[in-house]
Amino acid sequence: MPSIAKPIATHPSLQRNELGLTIRDYEGSMSTLCAGCGHDSITAAIVRAFWELSTPPHLIAKLSGIGCSSKTPTYFVGGAHGFNSAHGRMASIATGAAAANRDLIYIGISGDGDSLSIGLGQLCHAIRRNVRMVYVIENNGVYGLTKGQFSASADVGSKSKRGEPNRMAPIDPVRLGLSLGATFVARSFSGDKEQLVPILKAAVGHRGFALIDVISPCVTFNDHSGSTKSYLQTRKHMIRATEADFVPPAQEILAHIGSNGATGVTLHDGSVVRFTSVPPGYDPRDRRKVSAYLDRHQDSGEVLTGLLYLDESAPDMHELSQTSEVPLVNIPYETLCPGAKALDELQEEFR
Amino acid sequence: MQDALGFRVNDFAVKLANVNGTGSASANGLIMQAIFRMGIPVTGKNLFPSNIQGLPTWYEIRVNKQGYGARALDYDLMVAMNSQTYESDVREVRSGGYLLYDSTWPLDPALHRDDITFLGVPLARMCNESFSDPRERILMKNIAYAGSLCAVLDMDMEIVDRLLEEKYGKKQSLLDSNHKALRLGYDYAKQHFECPLPFRLEKMDANGDKILIDGNTATALGCIYAGATVAAWYPITPATSVMDAFKSFCEKYRRDPDTGRNNYAILQAEDELAAIGMVLGAGWNGARAFTSTAGPGISLMNELLGLAYYAEIPAVVIDVQRVGPSTGMPTRTQQADLLECAYASHGDTRHILLFPANPSECFDFAVKAFDLAEHFQTPVLMLSDLDIGMNDWVTPRLQWDDAFRPDRGRVLGAEDLEQIKKFYRYWPDDQDHVAARTLPGVSPKGSFFIRGSGHNKFGGYTEIPDEYQEVMDRLAAKHRAAAKYVPEPHVFRRQDARFGIVTLGGCDPAVREATDLLAGRGIAADYLRVRGFPFHADIEKFLMEHEFSFIVEQNRDAQLKALLTLETGAPKEKLRSILVYGGFPLSARHVVDAVLQQLACEEAITDHAVHR
Repeated sequence: MPSIAKPIATHPSLQRNELGLTIRDYEGSMSTLCAGCGHDSITAAIVRAFWELSTPPHLIAKLSGIGCSSKTPTYFVGGAHGFNSAHGRMASIATGAAAANRDLIYIGISGDGDSLSIGLGQLCHAIRRNVRMVYVIENNGVYGLTKGQFSASADVGSKSKRGEPNRMAPIDPVRLGLSLGATFVARSFSGDKEQLVPILKAAVGHRGFALIDVISPCVTFNDHSGSTKSYLQTRKHMIRATEADFVPPAQEILAHIGSNGATGVTLHDGSVVRFTSVPPGYDPRDRRKVSAYLDRHQDSGEVLTGLLYLDESAPDMHELSQTSEVPLVNIPYETLCPGAKALDELQEEFR
Repeated sequence: MQDALGFRVNDFAVKLANVNGTGSASANGLIMQAIFRMGIPVTGKNLFPSNIQGLPTWYEIRVNKQGYGARALDYDLMVAMNSQTYESDVREVRSGGYLLYDSTWPLDPALHRDDITFLGVPLARMCNESFSDPRERILMKNIAYAGSLCAVLDMDMEIVDRLLEEKYGKKQSLLDSNHKALRLGYDYAKQHFECPLPFRLEKMDANGDKILIDGNTATALGCIYAGATVAAWYPITPATSVMDAFKSFCEKYRRDPDTGRNNYAILQAEDELAAIGMVLGAGWNGARAFTSTAGPGISLMNELLGLAYYAEIPAVVIDVQRVGPSTGMPTRTQQADLLECAYASHGDTRHILLFPANPSECFDFAVKAFDLAEHFQTPVLMLSDLDIGMNDWVTPRLQWDDAFRPDRGRVLGAEDLEQIKKFYRYWPDDQDHVAARTLPGVSPKGSFFIRGSGHNKFGGYTEIPDEYQEVMDRLAAKHRAAAKYVPEPHVFRRQDARFGIVTLGGCDPAVREATDLLAGRGIAADYLRVRGFPFHADIEKFLMEHEFSFIVEQNRDAQLKALLTLETGAPKEKLRSILVYGGFPLSARHVVDAVLQQLACEEAITDHAVHR
């Protein structure tokens, strides 16, 4: 499938962000996914989030594995550096990239096959390391490119297009993330851009691993009546458990924070995630409460969405390993090499 | 070989049979280092089990004034400290040799040999009488036998005392215990045996400014000096000590004095799949990154090595080879990853390989590996092995030129990008078939999308046959171009040599000694040691020049021979294999015997033909 360049035609009336760029400047090439694919809506949300954040495109590193989801980095922020890697291996590549250059903004796009089967180990360990990156799972419960096999996120009883039911328990990325100590856990729906865009923006601001599970229906293989990840099913059972706004650093918080357990969390860059609505007794900063709430509600078939958990205090990979504030790639060789004299002195130990 | 009084000076071998986990390693290392400090060429080989405590382990020390450093197979003295292996240890002593044992318990009369001398030292009894702590009693038994060895071999005790001082000087009680134990063994031997034995040590000045270092430590130093900042790995024998050493050197040399922050990142990955992934991510971003592993890790890394080859990402992989297949024998040495590394990954792939033969080359080649990886934007695998990596070698002092600057290859910076109209990742390429790359985040003009899927020379996705092939053909040409950049082979020629002997890596000392021994019998052979892949042109030339060549390597399937057959024009008939792959380091005798046997066969056939 060749990539198709989009004609660049910018209408003068298009709004410009702080960098003077229009939203078109954050698009990529034309999508080659099926018409109506949930992934394209997620792509559009990513485009909007980065445009609204006024992120310089070339400071974004977008990475992916293999699968329908993993094709999407070509469709957003054409001016970013992109790496379409191997199946299930994006997390480790992003980890190494982040270790080398801590100043870039990393966004990884994966799917339920890429992240929950072949790449499950890498996802888990990237969470444990708290690598600073946005990690989006475009979750449709099915293998699209190989034509409709169940993935590890398929619900028990969910039927394939041919009618066979899935009997194995699903892996839920949200509960997985919580159990592994993820510091930013969200779920959204590709059809809910209003919710997804602020979550993405908060994820970019988060210092650590931001896990976003996005239910993204596969129109070709998993949008039928027996599917639990169809547009219809998701719309019917989706409940916005939390509602949150993202307030960039420069902007003063004028709105009043609600009294129903709602709260604001300041991200390390000074921006604020303002929870405007959470269920009674729910605290998005309390891992146990969040887990208990999900356990109570999800088993009844509810699809709970929102920024569900946020911990801004945990150290990220660079804090944990006390890496230089200067990106390693920018440290001059002269600083790195101890030189001939040091080698000579050292070798006295080997006499 | 003997001095005026009939002593064999600085030419003998000692084997020490121990139980692992009992502290014998420090005693054995002490003896080895003391001999080294006496200026005498010495080799130590640790033949250890894949186990933490309780299984048999051996240490061999070969002293050789001529500087032959390969493993010896004839033992003049056995230190038999392990009852489990006593039977075979007694058998291995050469006729006329000696066996030192712990005479606290009586010897099994069935194991007696008339042709060797038994030296009984009541090590356990003496240590039990002198030390009260049970653990100390066991540990000090080792130092006590070291003391006896010092006496029977005529060791310079000043040197041993100084070594103990250096090692334990900071802990007086430990130093005192060591001194006490050493004297117990020494004095007992002096009183009860005729010291020295007919073979003994005598100070020389043969070591010059050489150092005693293992290959993994030298490799780690090479990575430091090359400027590597990101290291990702998964623990595996025998490569773990590469990263252990890298970490300790980083703590010494790479901590910012002002901020206390680390100018390095060491990532202990969840597996080798992730370790190589991290290396690729860091390499893509412009850091010098490496991983260290062994064969099982290479098996897992195959997938992403193909990605790195095709997407053209620099990466350095240190493979400290061990015995395969599968888990194999993790603590034994082999050279059986050659083919796996040369063509790692599915599809048409080929990689640059470096074959160091000793710790000094480990240092030099590690530095070289990063230069080649960045110059050619591709993975470079350095194939060391357990023998080089984990044994201490007397090796030429490591050299460093402060004028050295890394070859970062073709990387376009922001200013370079301003000069060009549009940047394409894989076009245009230069005389080495390398195209310029950019680093993420440097300039909006340098952005590109890298992929392991089919791409054309502009970096765009393609499924068009011609576009795909054009890139693949350039990659093949790029690999060929690297032949001029890898270290050239080492060649030693002799007058009237009829055939060649070709080898690589850690076989070097044994094969060089073997060619000397053969020459002593009037059989002259030219020697070539392969040091890199793709093969330098001189290798094919050497093979073509000789009627035939023996290819000496440590694997069952003649992998170097296979590579030479595939990748040079030399006809198969010219190549004959000598294969030693049981897991212990090579000895000259293995080579000499095999050469003589094959030559005798040939003569027998020729004679037979003549008589008919």
